[in-house]
Amino acid sequence: MNPLDGNAIGGLLHEVFGAEMTDATGTCANCDFTGPVAQTVVYMDAPGTVVRCRNCSSLLMVFAKLHERYCVDLRGLAALEAR
Amino acid sequence: MSPVTRGFHGRRRTPAGEEGRVPPGQYVTSDFPVLSAGPTQHTPTEKWTFSITQGGGALKSWTWDEIQALPEENVTTDIHCVTRWSKLDTHWQAVSIDTLLAQVEHQAAYVLAFSDGGYTTNLPLQDVTGGQAWLAYGYEGGPLPPEHGGPARLLVPHLYFWKSAKWVRGLQLLEHDEPGFWETYGYNMYGDPWKEQRYAGD
Amino acid sequence: MEGTAVRGRLTWQTATVTKIIPETPRTSTIVFEVPDWPGHRAGQHLDVRLTAEDGYRAERSYSIASAPGEPVAITVERLEDGEVSPYLTEELQPGDAIELRGPIGGYFVWDPVTDHEPLLLAAGGSGVVPLRAILRNRERTGSTASARLLYSSRSLADVIYREEFERPDPGLDVVYTLTRSQPPGWRGRAGRVDDALLAEVAWPAGQNPLAFVCGPTSFVEAVAEGLVGLGYPQARVKTERFGATGGRQ
Repeated sequence: MNPLDGNAIGGLLHEVFGAEMTDATGTCANCDFTGPVAQTVVYMDAPGTVVRCRNCSSLLMVFAKLHERYCVDLRGLAALEAR
Repeated sequence: MSPVTRGFHGRRRTPAGEEGRVPPGQYVTSDFPVLSAGPTQHTPTEKWTFSITQGGGALKSWTWDEIQALPEENVTTDIHCVTRWSKLDTHWQAVSIDTLLAQVEHQAAYVLAFSDGGYTTNLPLQDVTGGQAWLAYGYEGGPLPPEHGGPARLLVPHLYFWKSAKWVRGLQLLEHDEPGFWETYGYNMYGDPWKEQRYAGD
Repeated sequence: MEGTAVRGRLTWQTATVTKIIPETPRTSTIVFEVPDWPGHRAGQHLDVRLTAEDGYRAERSYSIASAPGEPVAITVERLEDGEVSPYLTEELQPGDAIELRGPIGGYFVWDPVTDHEPLLLAAGGSGVVPLRAILRNRERTGSTASARLLYSSRSLADVIYREEFERPDPGLDVVYTLTRSQPPGWRGRAGRVDDALLAEVAWPAGQNPLAFVCGPTSFVEAVAEGLVGLGYPQARVKTERFGATGGRQ
């Protein structure tokens, strides 16, 4: 099963951040790779949504929807700059 | 509550006659969905080991060949994913976790299964013993494919399938329960599908 | 107006199906009337949410097939083992109400006001949908950007919007490649997009083209890599990956 990219979670990101985020720029805390959120590697369908760095595969963001709330982990991002 | 969408039923629910086998909120699938939190791992069996660890070190390790030399069981079981699909009568070739734990002296109450790629999941020790858990390397008569966790995965079918860690490389013995990957994000520490324990607090 | 399409609140609202247009044996276009639609940009998508009587919900994302200013429409491909696409393509009727939210996306968008360079659009299967919105937008706004569409499809019967793409337009070239079957007498390309075909069809990098690549992950990655290999800067190759299960379908 091939992973998707950050475009696929545009709605989720908008729900969590309250704004359009696919063209925000993220920096990986592990390898410093910087690029649009739309280009991250996204694994959906798992118990939650996992977003990984396209360069080094390390975790950037994890979203788990538990009943009606989201648990959000952004520790893998060194920086996130929205336009 | 969202308005009901006319004529939408979602996937077929349980086939007639199978109701007792399917936990609440699940539907039966005939395929085997591949769910992952990361890229498929491809560890060659020559490099693969399985360890039982405690503190910083390994109490015991087995190579692939050593695992293959242990008594093999054919396991037929139903599996239940927290994302709501259930698959009935799956067939595995596996070594019982009891066989592995019997070779180690310990007093742990919990385990944290750990896998290639960094995935972890926690279980009470009593849920991986007593014939309830296996190290599975064969599926439907062939080698377990990488996308389903091969060369070997944990198989603990009485709990939601996120506890059956793919690409498993060992069990860390713990005195206290510690959340693994999904548990850290709010999934249930135990995960009994019959009580619908999907999330923390369920 | 276009600015608000990106910055507004994203809430679920109930839309009404006004028309369903069969396009190919596997695809249909669904046109909606959306009461509070803020407008959209070419390349954006929307999310659809279906709720069964027992409260069970399924959500999917679909690219918007229509240009800004046209009624909101999506084109859905029916997947054999799909949960949502068979419902949308076989059960849904004009007059039905559907929950949706959108528009979504600020990256995979083409804006004729700012983007004048030659456009390279590469579509794998239903990846053509957002690219069609871009082409319709290009036509509606009278953009002078030259465009080439490289469209990889299983067969000619599976090519969506073919009539539209074949309307004469001196600024638009369309190249099809049919990967599984070709009709008798077919003189066009066959087989998957490879580096050789890309080299033939892609605008030279020196013209600072802007590429949009959309389709299954394997298609997108092969084409994007190929374009970077031809000298396209990564930032000038916009990609959107579609999945076969969950996610987007």
